Amino acid sequence: MKHGFGIREATLVRAALLAVLVAVLEIACRTGLIQRFTMIPPSEMVVSLVRLFQNRDVLADAGQTLLSVFIALACALVAGFAMGVALYAFPRARRIADPLLTTYYSVPVFVFYPLLIVLFGLNAIPKTVIGFLYAVVVMAINTLNGLERVPFVYWKTAQVHHLSRMQTALHLILPCAGPYLFTGAKFAIAYAFVGVIGSEFILSTGGLGYRVSFAYNNFQSDVMYGVILFVLVIVVCINMALYAWERVLMERRGGR
Amino acid sequence: MKIERVAAVSPLSRAGEVAILVGFLIVAWQLLHYLAGDIAMTTPLQTFRYTARLLVTQDFWVNAAASGQAFAGALAIGLVAGPVIGILFGFHRLSGEVAEPILVALYSIPKVILYPIILLVFGLGLAAEVAFGTLHGIVPVMLFTMNAVRNIKPVLVRTGRALGLSTFAMMRTILLPAALPEIFTGLRIGFSVTLLGTIMSEMFGSKRGLGFLLMQALGVNDVQMIMALTLMLVAFASIANAILMSFERQLYRRT
Repeated sequence: MKHGFGIREATLVRAALLAVLVAVLEIACRTGLIQRFTMIPPSEMVVSLVRLFQNRDVLADAGQTLLSVFIALACALVAGFAMGVALYAFPRARRIADPLLTTYYSVPVFVFYPLLIVLFGLNAIPKTVIGFLYAVVVMAINTLNGLERVPFVYWKTAQVHHLSRMQTALHLILPCAGPYLFTGAKFAIAYAFVGVIGSEFILSTGGLGYRVSFAYNNFQSDVMYGVILFVLVIVVCINMALYAWERVLMERRGGR
Repeated sequence: MKIERVAAVSPLSRAGEVAILVGFLIVAWQLLHYLAGDIAMTTPLQTFRYTARLLVTQDFWVNAAASGQAFAGALAIGLVAGPVIGILFGFHRLSGEVAEPILVALYSIPKVILYPIILLVFGLGLAAEVAFGTLHGIVPVMLFTMNAVRNIKPVLVRTGRALGLSTFAMMRTILLPAALPEIFTGLRIGFSVTLLGTIMSEMFGSKRGLGFLLMQALGVNDVQMIMALTLMLVAFASIANAILMSFERQLYRRT
C-alpha cells in the first residue's frame, strides 16, 4: 500500500535528481566552470554518440567488443553450469574447492592479463579469456547454490513417479533452480563486459575500451565521451532489462 | 546443530583441505608450463625463487610502497565514508530507494571506462589512483551497509525503546551490534574491489606501483617478473581475504 507509493515516489525523485545533475553539468561546462579539456557538455556527448554511428572504426570496435563478450559469456555459462553441477555431484571436491570459490573474486583478475598476453599474443584471445575468467565462477557458484536449495521432497517425488534422470532434471530440478541460474547469468553478463572492456582499456589493438584509451591519449574529447556514453548506455540497458526480468521471475513464484 | 558439526571438523582437516587445494593448483601450474613452454611461463619453483630474489630489491619495495600508499588512501576514504553514507541511506527510506538502483548500476558497469574522466579531473598520479580505488570500493560498502541497517529486526528497536535507551545507547548496544556482521561483509568486499581499482589504475598510464611494474615487465617481455608479481598480488589478495573472512565468521557466530 504505502510501500508501492514509496517506490513510485522514489523513481520520480531519482529522475528529477539525475535531470538536475545533468543540467548542472551542462551549465558548468557551458559557462567554462568546467574546462572543455576536462569535460564536454552532456548535450555534445549525445551529439557525439549519434555521430559515432557513422564512424566505421568505432562500429568495428563495437562489433569486436560484443563478439568477445559473447564468446566469453557463452563459454562461461556452459562451463560455469557444468562446474556447478560437478561440484554438487561430488561433495568432497566441493569442500576442497570451497576456499577457491570464496577467494576467487577477491583476486584482481586483471593481474593475469599480462601473463595471458605473453601466452596468446596481443590479439582478441587474452581479453576474451579475462572476460571468461571473470564470469565463469559467479555462474558456477549460483548453479551450486540453486541445486543445493532444491527441496528434498522434489527428489523423492521424482523417485515415486519413476522419472528418469533426464526427466527429473528437466521437469523438477531445473525449474526449481531456475531463478538462481538466472541470477548467475545476470552477473556473468555484467562481469564479461567488465573483463573484456577493462582488458581492452589497459592494452589491446581494438574494441570499445581501446577506442576510449586511444581517444584519451590523442585528446579527442568528443569521441572519448561519445564512446563512454555508448558503453554506459549499452551496459546499463542490458542490466536494467535483466533486473526487471528477474523481478518478474521472482514474483511469479511468490517471492523467495 | 549444523554449526557444531562444522566446528568439530575444523580446523585441522580444514587446513588439510586447503593444502590439497594449493597442491592441486601448483600441479596444474606445472602442467600448464609443460604445455606452454619456457618462453611463456616459468615453473612454480622458478617463480618462487625469483620472487624471493625480487623481495630484496629496492625497486620492488619502492613500487610496493607506492601501491600501498594509493591503496591505503582509497581504503581510508571508502571504508569510512561508505558505512556513514550507507547508514544514512538505510535509515532514511526515501533517499535509500532513490540511491539503490543508481548504486547497483554503478556496481555493474565497467568502471574502467570512467578512468579517463578521473585522469582529466585529478591529473596523472596519486590523486587519480586514490579516486579510482575509492570509486570501486565505496559502492559495495554503501550497498551492504544500507541493507544491514534495513534488515535490523524492528523488535530489537522496540525493545530498546521499551527499556528507555538514549539514542547513543541504542546505537551502541542495539543497532551497531545487529548490523555489524553484514557491514563487515561489505567492508571485506570493498577491500578486494579497492585493490582491484588501485592496481588497474596503475596498469594504465601510471609511472609507479606494482601495476606499473607489471606493465613495464610486459613491455620488455620479462616473463619471470610478470609471473612473480602476479603470484605476489594473488597471494596478498587471497591471504588478506582469508583473514577478513575468519573475522567475519566470528562476527556472525556471535549473533
